[in-house]
Amino acid sequence: MNYYDILFYLFAIITLVSAGFVVTTRNVIYSAFFLLFTFFGVAGIYVLLAADFLAVVQIMVYVGGILILLLFGVMLTNKITNVDIRTGTSNLLPASIAIGLLMGALVSAMIYTGWKVQPASEIPDTSIKNLGALLITDYLLIFELLGILLLIALIGAASIARRDKE
Amino acid sequence: MLTEFGKIFIFIILAIIFVIITLFINKLIRPNRPTVEKQKVYECGENPEGSPWVKFNIRFYVVALIFLIFDVEVVLLFPWALVYKDFGVFGFVAGIIFLLVLGLGMAYEWRKGDLEWARPTPKPPKLDELLKKES
Repeated sequence: MNYYDILFYLFAIITLVSAGFVVTTRNVIYSAFFLLFTFFGVAGIYVLLAADFLAVVQIMVYVGGILILLLFGVMLTNKITNVDIRTGTSNLLPASIAIGLLMGALVSAMIYTGWKVQPASEIPDTSIKNLGALLITDYLLIFELLGILLLIALIGAASIARRDKE
Repeated sequence: MLTEFGKIFIFIILAIIFVIITLFINKLIRPNRPTVEKQKVYECGENPEGSPWVKFNIRFYVVALIFLIFDVEVVLLFPWALVYKDFGVFGFVAGIIFLLVLGLGMAYEWRKGDLEWARPTPKPPKLDELLKKES
């Protein structure tokens, strides 16, 4: 085992353990904070995979944005403490079958996909430059459409949130 | 072996470990003599009253939503900002159009008043009215 393997397992453990806490903790605030560690662990795995842009996105959007939004969502609700968050329905058998099928599909996809494997010495310093060049040349239309998509999301989100107020 | 961001990530992890170790050493060294008074919630010397979980203003949520959208915008601008000089005016204009589209969103929010904060409007007391009440 070299350093990379050790680091990978470290991040994997952080991700899995904190994800488990997110599901099992009764306090919604604690769940939200454990989600921080989950996102961070995933970011660490992205870094180990040399997917640096994805790691930046993970930290900026998920840790910096979505988590804040979740916390605000929790804070906006009345009476956070002493809420019984257990639900009355628990369909053990259908859930097990669905999860089993999903896991089987994911594992088989993992095994049978021809992954593009590169020796570690050939990894470029940063993948963001290539990505930027592609965004300006081949995927220029998609880049501008992304702007319009974000605009639609902005207007939609703001008008829905505004309707709640009145 | 590592990408450039990987090196930055090492610094992020070091910062986190530094804080954890400092707090742990702090916990080892400091005296620990809790009393009931010390463990009470500190509220400027007053006795705390009611639950601290108050319902926050919906405005915070709207601002967080707007922040998230512009967060994604910034993330998409990273790759563009690194290479736009290699493509001359064309690359520059491509990014500016992207920015203008989102600037349109910003103007919309501004016009609709989502950035305005609902401020309380204080009524300053007027001298002549007070005098009228006195007499």
